[in-house]
Amino acid sequence: MPNLQAITPLGNKEPVTETYGPVTLTEITDIALASVSARLGREQDTAAALEAFLGTPPPGAAEHCGNNLSAFWMGPDQWMIEAPFETHEDLAARLAGTSPNAYSVTEQTDAWCRFDLKGPSLSDLFERLCAADTHAFTGGEAVRTSIEHLGCFVLCRTQNHFSVIGPRSSAGSLYHALVTAFRSVF
Amino acid sequence: MLINHPILGPRDASEFVYLGDANLIHRPDWQAEDALAQFTKYGYLRDNPAGEHRELWFHEQGDRSWLIVTRNTLTHEISKVEMARDVASAEGRSK
Repeated sequence: MPNLQAITPLGNKEPVTETYGPVTLTEITDIALASVSARLGREQDTAAALEAFLGTPPPGAAEHCGNNLSAFWMGPDQWMIEAPFETHEDLAARLAGTSPNAYSVTEQTDAWCRFDLKGPSLSDLFERLCAADTHAFTGGEAVRTSIEHLGCFVLCRTQNHFSVIGPRSSAGSLYHALVTAFRSVF
Repeated sequence: MLINHPILGPRDASEFVYLGDANLIHRPDWQAEDALAQFTKYGYLRDNPAGEHRELWFHEQGDRSWLIVTRNTLTHEISKVEMARDVASAEGRSK
């Protein structure tokens, strides 16, 4: 059996952590993702199953919620579920087993890269990157928008902590856009 | 140009892509007697109004929902924005 070494979205052995002025950028790789999409006529069952799984009702439009297990809204009756990779590597299979045929589940863990930004004045950064009105965000928002021509989710966990979730195959371009904006702001 | 998304509020038109006439959601029944004539009309014939036009827009860089936007082709004024899924289910097609 070959001894394979997992690499991060940016192609390194270890996730990147960098500091720009007062802000820290961290590449997050220890989160499992799966998306859930309600089937026609099973919207209520899907919401109930997700509430049982997450311990909280699934988030409303353009919101996210939860702690250890969390979810954010992707579209009408569609959510992305986030869980620690360590304990939930099989997240998609677990979700699929909770309420068969109520919803469709897609494994998403390796489809996305995630950069967490922590520090003050993050909305000054995002106003350069995307059309989302991050100045109005107070925590709990999750919007999909375009950053560097890439469809990315911008999650405001608190005013001083944002996550950017973008397509993994374009992680380098997204990282370049973030770093360029950092240099412009700080 | 801003499109007032029914769920997400005003969003920049750059997040959307345009498909065309909203009648495209009325796909003919392929088992009908005159299916060929219906599909020819569905595929090729379009009204080209100077005024109000109902059209399909896709929120590609957003929640990826289809919208039916009523837009005046003379002034670009948008008078109504609906979710295509709501319009379809109101017509009893969500079965």
